[in-house]
Amino acid sequence: MSVVLAAEHLTKTFVSQGRENYTAVDDVSFSVESGEKLGIIGESGSGKTTVVNMITRLLDVSSGTIRLDGEDITLKKGKELKEVYKKMQMVFQTPTESFDPRRKLGDGIAESLINYGMKKKEAMVKAGQLLELCGLEKEYAARYPHEVSGGQCQRAAIARAIAIDPRLLILDEATSALDVTIQKEILELLDKLKTERNMTYLFICHDIALVQQFCDRVLVMHQGKIVEEGTPDEVIRNPKTEYTRRLIESVL
Amino acid sequence: MTEVIRYEHVDISYKGKRVVHDVSFSVEKGEILGIVGESGSGKSTLIKAAMGLLGKDGLVTRGDIWYKGMDLPDLKPREMRKLCGTELGMIFQTAGSSFCPIRTVRAQLYEFMTEHKKIKADVFENQAEELLEKFGFEDPKRVLDSYPFELSGGMQQRVGIAAAMLLNPKILMADEPTSALDVTVQKQVVEEMLMVRETFGTSIVLVTHNMGVIRAMADKVLILHEGEIMEYGVTEEVFEHPESVYTKKLLAAVPKLRR
Repeated sequence: MSVVLAAEHLTKTFVSQGRENYTAVDDVSFSVESGEKLGIIGESGSGKTTVVNMITRLLDVSSGTIRLDGEDITLKKGKELKEVYKKMQMVFQTPTESFDPRRKLGDGIAESLINYGMKKKEAMVKAGQLLELCGLEKEYAARYPHEVSGGQCQRAAIARAIAIDPRLLILDEATSALDVTIQKEILELLDKLKTERNMTYLFICHDIALVQQFCDRVLVMHQGKIVEEGTPDEVIRNPKTEYTRRLIESVL
Repeated sequence: MTEVIRYEHVDISYKGKRVVHDVSFSVEKGEILGIVGESGSGKSTLIKAAMGLLGKDGLVTRGDIWYKGMDLPDLKPREMRKLCGTELGMIFQTAGSSFCPIRTVRAQLYEFMTEHKKIKADVFENQAEELLEKFGFEDPKRVLDSYPFELSGGMQQRVGIAAAMLLNPKILMADEPTSALDVTVQKQVVEEMLMVRETFGTSIVLVTHNMGVIRAMADKVLILHEGEIMEYGVTEEVFEHPESVYTKKLLAAVPKLRR
């Protein structure tokens, strides 16, 4: 198995005037193998999203290295960074907000294809196919984000993310805003896509039961550090740290 | 057991569109009723109707909500205002944002009290501190001195519950009280609401989409789907032996932790 993503000693310190520096992520290292579903759990403020924002280069690192497919992407910019996004795409928590409210879903999905050189007509046809792949009718391409439900919009967001055939999909609380029955459908879709396209997932989530159901391996974050790592069953049945034990005991 | 509140064949509409249809249930003294449903099922609308919070677009079009011989939807705003707080308490999903951001917790709790009865500042201070202590706050004075945004999300929620209990209402309506919280804090808030029932004998109507919270708290559960009751009964029975197709589908979709 090959390593798709490797984070080495990632640290993020937020500096603001008149305040003490705040280290949100403190020396975090981990890797994701090809075809793996890696979960990161932790409570609010534990640094999960900061880790993701650094990996996706939405936030600069304070120190540390990010490697995607063996290539150092920590400091990539502009055109080089654009190449990186061919391999790595994201799905966010609130689908409706991650689409431009004044453009149709189809435009949003086709945008990445057009950016990478596909003709507009061709891209729009592909967008319809992608929607169908994600369980929506291709007519949804002509709808605006506010005209569809949260679950449908999240399907469109997944269609957009897989449009340029990335290897790695980063899902930051991608199912947390959805009803449980819809959540189940989305996870089934992700599993289907994984088998069909050999995808790798980095799945950020605060719902421990969900991570146990979906992921192959899990990292537990607390106060910016990884405090535990293992298969979900291992971590949940035999937590090694006091914090993880408390976290798991709190699940109702 | 005495019945505290009773919904009889309630229909509720928003802008002429019916969102709740023919809902009947009753809550007894000290009972916790959980109302479960997905987004858009009308669960929040049900408790808003009792509190007179439907806004100008919402209307109870049929049926009655009985409380102490009064039909709540028929009350005049002035009569309703008397009941809100003293008889019917309410907790929202983000209690923090239902506080005023530029005034201290003390000033706001004092205002809640004086709206309904005359009370001297020092008597209030003692009462408030005593109540916050019951809720497990180590330093009640510091909480009272704080502005809402100085408290963590969990603290805000706990202060919100304490604030609702200040006037000792007979019923507490809780709209997703734990949904914005981390699991460890959620557990604490659940325990506190159970403590409220134990200490004050308050009835609680708990609206949530979280089955775990319902299982941990509710005596009875009402499953709502597209404004209609799918199932209504003792929590354990409904969870162990669901009868309606929808309930089965809903319960199957909830991820369960395998320990």
